[in-house]
Amino acid sequence: MSHHIVEVRNLRHVYPDGTVALRDISFRITHGESVAIIGANGAGKSTLLLHLNGFLSPTAGEIRIGDYPLTKATLPEIRRTVGMVFQDPDDQLFMPTVYDDVAFGPLNLGLPGMEVEQRVKDALEKVGAGHLRDKPPYNLSGGEKKRVAIATVLSMSPDILVMDEPTDGLDPHARRQLMALLKDFSHTKIFTSHDLDMVLDLCSRVIILHEGEVKADGPALEIFRNEELLAGCRLEKPLSMQGCPVCGGKG
Amino acid sequence: MASIDGALLDFKRLDRLANGDTAIHRLDPRAKVLATLVFIVTVVSFGKYEVTALVPFFLFPVVMIALGNLPVPYILKKIALLCPFALVVGMFNPIFDREVLVQVGSLGITGGWLSFVSIVMRSILTVGAAIVLVGVTGFPGVCLALERVGMPRVFAVQLLFLYRYIFVLTDEGSRMERARKLRAFGRKMQPGIFGSLVGHLLLRTWQRAERIHMAMLARGFTGEFHTRTDTRFGGRELLFLSSWSTFFIILRFLNLSQVMGSLVTGIFS
Repeated sequence: MSHHIVEVRNLRHVYPDGTVALRDISFRITHGESVAIIGANGAGKSTLLLHLNGFLSPTAGEIRIGDYPLTKATLPEIRRTVGMVFQDPDDQLFMPTVYDDVAFGPLNLGLPGMEVEQRVKDALEKVGAGHLRDKPPYNLSGGEKKRVAIATVLSMSPDILVMDEPTDGLDPHARRQLMALLKDFSHTKIFTSHDLDMVLDLCSRVIILHEGEVKADGPALEIFRNEELLAGCRLEKPLSMQGCPVCGGKG
Repeated sequence: MASIDGALLDFKRLDRLANGDTAIHRLDPRAKVLATLVFIVTVVSFGKYEVTALVPFFLFPVVMIALGNLPVPYILKKIALLCPFALVVGMFNPIFDREVLVQVGSLGITGGWLSFVSIVMRSILTVGAAIVLVGVTGFPGVCLALERVGMPRVFAVQLLFLYRYIFVLTDEGSRMERARKLRAFGRKMQPGIFGSLVGHLLLRTWQRAERIHMAMLARGFTGEFHTRTDTRFGGRELLFLSSWSTFFIILRFLNLSQVMGSLVTGIFS
């Protein structure tokens, strides 16, 4: 299915105040891949993500999702195909109850009532939040909020999942839970994160952004072994690949 | 800020009460909202010296609290919280309006005192009814009901968003205030600093609004707000609304306290 392809060609973005956030970005992500976009603060990760869903339009260059170029006409279809989960779940959960929130997307797609009901049920079950359906969002814990935020996107059955800092602000247990959940998804997945251990666990491919450019693009292990490259981009090896601080052994 | 925090937490409790499952909770929100509106309009429409005719109106909140199984002390505390406003509004009436209207034995009661008591009673009644309404319906329910009886959708959605984000906003506000306090070493907040705090809060709210809008667009928002409507306005709702409304309107034109009084004195004389 070519639906799941994300292609970015010579993407450049200059903010109205003159800041060049993205210089010249090109990559192609194919069906079922799990890709992490990493980089220092201000490297352009968030700007790039906001392009994938058409919130920002390129100053130059092109984005293709599946068979369509991203234009005004294809925007509604692309927004259904690309499910975007924001960093702060409070931005994503704005309806009075969890149920209403998860139903928001399907209702906007104009689906009939029974279908909406089914999708909400499935999406909540998938993230293990079926029991939360009638709760108001402000009564949820951080981990629950995150999982419900993912459900709000899953209910639209997207082909591509884009997540900004998925493990941000979660306790270790909730983080593990979320990682196990994400591992199960068969979607094409694109993450940004500073949690490099999660990246190592979930992503087979890593793209490093540095000052608005793609500095490296390749298999995760290969990139994480290149210490010189990582240091140059204000990054470091995932902790699990570093030597043990207690016994001094090599990871 | 701690007190605002506390008050908000308490507000969440009011919202939780709305999850109850009594006959009153199950009624369609529209019936409850409309009955409360009729109640408030009738109570407010009395003349400014009216006191006795207002007494029977307490029946409405009392019955709703009983049937809705709401915790009485909690509701009373909520009402008490808003009473100072009424006290301030009515405070000067006894001073300016000294004309004696009622003579009880040798004690002359002035118009000022009557109107003062009337104002306080009215605010207790209206505020109480509104709190009870939220307690048995929930704020989202009230908004949706208002929309379904004809309030423009934009306002309903605004109210819903206000309600959803007031918690997030006060959270942010109190975090900023805490951060200021930690470095203020006991100094009071100066106007300039207050302005800067509020300005920051406004900007943050603005940015958050943009992010929420993005999240809405990402899920296909086109300006149409779909909400669940799983209750309908049936016979029980009609009965509820019409009987309360009739009761209020009768009370408006017939002073029940007086009638009872003359009945009792009639029997004994």
